[in-house]
Amino acid sequence: MIKQFYVLSCFCLLALVSVSLQAEKVQADEFKFESPAQEQMYRQIISQLRCPKCQNQSIADSDAELSEDLRFIVYQKIRRGESKQQIFSYFQQRYGDFILYDPPVSPKNYILWFMPIVVFIIIIIALVMKVGKRRVSDETEISEEQS
Amino acid sequence: MKPKKLLIASIPLIIFALLVLVFNSSLKKDPRELETKLIGQAVPDFKLASVTDLERVLTNEDLPKEVFLLNIWATWCVSCYAEHPYLIKFAKEYPIKWIGVNYKDESKNALAYLAKGGNPYLYSIADVQGTLGIDLGVYGAPETFIVDANGIIRERHVGVIDDRVWHNKILPIVEKLQSEQGAN
Repeated sequence: MIKQFYVLSCFCLLALVSVSLQAEKVQADEFKFESPAQEQMYRQIISQLRCPKCQNQSIADSDAELSEDLRFIVYQKIRRGESKQQIFSYFQQRYGDFILYDPPVSPKNYILWFMPIVVFIIIIIALVMKVGKRRVSDETEISEEQS
Repeated sequence: MKPKKLLIASIPLIIFALLVLVFNSSLKKDPRELETKLIGQAVPDFKLASVTDLERVLTNEDLPKEVFLLNIWATWCVSCYAEHPYLIKFAKEYPIKWIGVNYKDESKNALAYLAKGGNPYLYSIADVQGTLGIDLGVYGAPETFIVDANGIIRERHVGVIDDRVWHNKILPIVEKLQSEQGAN
């Protein structure tokens, strides 16, 4: 029993080590930058672009071939000295607002942006009306209940 | 007091009915279908080789000066194999030109694919690096763009074009554009 447990735990450890080595390898495959600032900008941009192929991942997380290509484009653009805004608008022109994890406010997503505020206002109004009414009709309500 | 209580009691029911409507309409939508900002814009500039004739350089100048279909395909794209027989059929039955974009493929494989399945395209653009594909915002082959006589993209379809898509979506738009252009 103890021996089996020992074999099992060794196996787990081995699996863990091989997985982390794999992760190390992926990291090393990334591109070379002129400065740490550039690299930081690169990481920031790829984590804010959504992979069009695999919709709930950023292109930083995705292993899809398309994401690989897009990461390479980001890299090239950074090396060429383009600004973050330029890079985002390049992708936006091709893949639409969808590609941005932080989409701009526009008529078709007003409902998304303003719904919480509207709901909040409605709740406040409802509360004020309810509470306001209760103060006035406090006694009558009690008498109603009693009767 | 009674009607007001009735109204309040029916609020959950009303919300439920609204949600059913909203969910019902969004169930029919394909969440993978993305918008494109390219509609109303010209086909992006390109300068690439032809798949069938590697010596030949194709540019925007080579695009037909009439309404045509730009189809993105690849031999690694599984759905393209399903779509191909339809394209052969439509190319035969309708005098609408098809231009292929062979997206991120090897020319050897592409040639074998066309030799085996037939070639519905006037010519195919060899986009080996995928640059034209990215300029077109391609994210899942097969994709088809409907382009008018002025080289402006008017519609995009993502996915396989079968008889249903052809008759319900592609053909009506192409015919409308053709009659528009005929009137001018």
